[in-house]
Amino acid sequence: MGAQERSIGRRAVNHREQRLGEVFVELADTLVADFDIVDLLHTLVEAIVELLEVEAAGLMLADQRGGLRPIAASDQQARLLELLELQHQQGPCVDCHASGERVANMAREDALGRWPEFMAAVEESGYQSVHALPMRLRGQILGAVNLFCDSEAALAESDLALGQAMADLATIALLQERRVEENSILVEQLQTALNTRVVIEQAKGMLAERAGFSPASAFTAMRAHARRTNQTLLVVAEAVISGTVRSSVVLDQGSR
Amino acid sequence: MRCLLVNRADRAETILQAVKDDTAYGRGGLSLPNRLVQSCADALPVGGVGLVWMSGAGPGAMLAATSGTARVMEELQFVLGEGPCIECSHLSRPVLSEDLARSGPGRWPQFTEGALNAGIRAIFALPLQVGRIPLGVLDLYRESPGSLGEEDLAEALAYADAATNLLLDLHAAMNPNELHEAFARPLSARDEVHQATGMIAVQADVTLAEALVLLRAHSFAVSRSVEDLANEVIARELRFDHQ
Repeated sequence: MGAQERSIGRRAVNHREQRLGEVFVELADTLVADFDIVDLLHTLVEAIVELLEVEAAGLMLADQRGGLRPIAASDQQARLLELLELQHQQGPCVDCHASGERVANMAREDALGRWPEFMAAVEESGYQSVHALPMRLRGQILGAVNLFCDSEAALAESDLALGQAMADLATIALLQERRVEENSILVEQLQTALNTRVVIEQAKGMLAERAGFSPASAFTAMRAHARRTNQTLLVVAEAVISGTVRSSVVLDQGSR
Repeated sequence: MRCLLVNRADRAETILQAVKDDTAYGRGGLSLPNRLVQSCADALPVGGVGLVWMSGAGPGAMLAATSGTARVMEELQFVLGEGPCIECSHLSRPVLSEDLARSGPGRWPQFTEGALNAGIRAIFALPLQVGRIPLGVLDLYRESPGSLGEEDLAEALAYADAATNLLLDLHAAMNPNELHEAFARPLSARDEVHQATGMIAVQADVTLAEALVLLRAHSFAVSRSVEDLANEVIARELRFDHQ
C-alpha cells in the first residue's frame, strides 16, 4: 500500500471516529434535555446505516399487547420488509424480540430454512443478509433493530457491538421517557390531592365562622350538601370559598 | 454516559429496596417514608432529615422527619413562608447552604434566626419532582457547618430519587380517588392551620392568602407555633377581627 493510500485510509478511519463521537453525543444529549423520542429513534436508525455500513436499517417496538410495530426505517424498502416480517411473523427481528438475543451472521441456507417467505422478499429487494439487535435493558425487551446488508459477508463483531451500544442508548431513553410519562400522571394526581385537601379545610373554616359552628360540624354540612346536590366536596368547597353559594343553602336552613 | 445514568438509578433502586425490606434496617413499625429518612440520616454525615410533600403553593404536609430538630426545620419554613426548602421547590433544583450562619441571614433572615437557635448550621434541600412538576423536598441538616462533598451529595441525590419513587409507588398502588395513608395521615397536615385561615379570612374580611399572612405574622410575633395559634382560633379563644 502506497503512502497516499495509507493516508486516505487513515483519514477515512478518523472521519468515522469523528462521526462516531458526534453520533454518540447526539444520542446522549437526548437523555438529558427535552427530546422527541420518535426523532431519537430515527436518528438512531440513520446513524446505524452510516456507521455500520449496512444498506438499510429498521426499528420495531413492542406494543402493550406484546406485538411488534415498525417505528423507524432508513428507507421505504426496509420498512416494507419489516411489515412483511410482521405479516408472516417470520424474520430476525421477530426471533430477536422473542429471545432477547442478537440474531446475526446466519448462514444463507439456515436463514432460508427459518424464514422462507421473508428471505425471498429480502433477496428480491436486493439484499443478501439480515441481522437483528435486541433493544433490551436487563429483563425488559422493548423491541429490535433490523440490519439489511447487500453482501453475504459476516458483520464484524466490532460493528455488531457498536450497533448494540447505540441500540442500548435508545433503549434507556425510551424507558426513561415512558417512566416520566407514567410518573407525570401520578404526581399530578398527588398535587391535586394536596390542593384539594387545603381547599376543603379552608372552606370548613370559612363556613364554620359564618355559621358559628365548629369546623367539624361545617364539614358534616358540606358533605350533606354535596350529596344533596350531587356534587363533589371539592366543588362545594370552592363555591363556599368564592361565595357563590350562600351558607344558609349549604347548611340547608330556612327552606323546609 | 450510560454508566453514570444507570448507576444513579441503580443506587436509588437499591436504597428503596433496602428501605422496603424491613429486616435489613430493623425498623418495623415505622412508615416507609420515615424509614427512608432514617436510612438517609444514617448513611450521610448529617444531623437529621425531613421529607415534605409540596405543591406549587408551598409546603403542604410533612411526611416524615428523623427528629425534633428536623420537625422544627420544616415548621419554621411553613410558619415563615421562607427557607431553603421553599426556595428549592420554587427553583426546582438543590439549594445547598453549607454555612447557614454566613449565607443564611441574607437569603432567609427570619428562618435563619430560628434555625440557628435550633442548632442547625447547614441545610441541603433537594427537590423531588417529575419533570417540571414539583412533588416535594428532602431536607438534610447538619449541626456544624461544612459542605456535603461530591460523593455524599451524589448519595443524597440518590436518596431524593428514591424518595420520589417511593411516593409515586405508594400512590400508584392505590385505587383511583384513594390516597395512601402516608399522604392521608401525614406527620403534620396542617388541617387546623387551613381551617383557621378560613375563619380568619371571614373574621378580618380578607383573602385566604392574607389571612395566612396574618396568622404567620402573629405566630412569629408571639413566638408560638402556627399550629398552636390555629387551635386557639378554632376553639374561638383567639380572633383576628377586621382592623
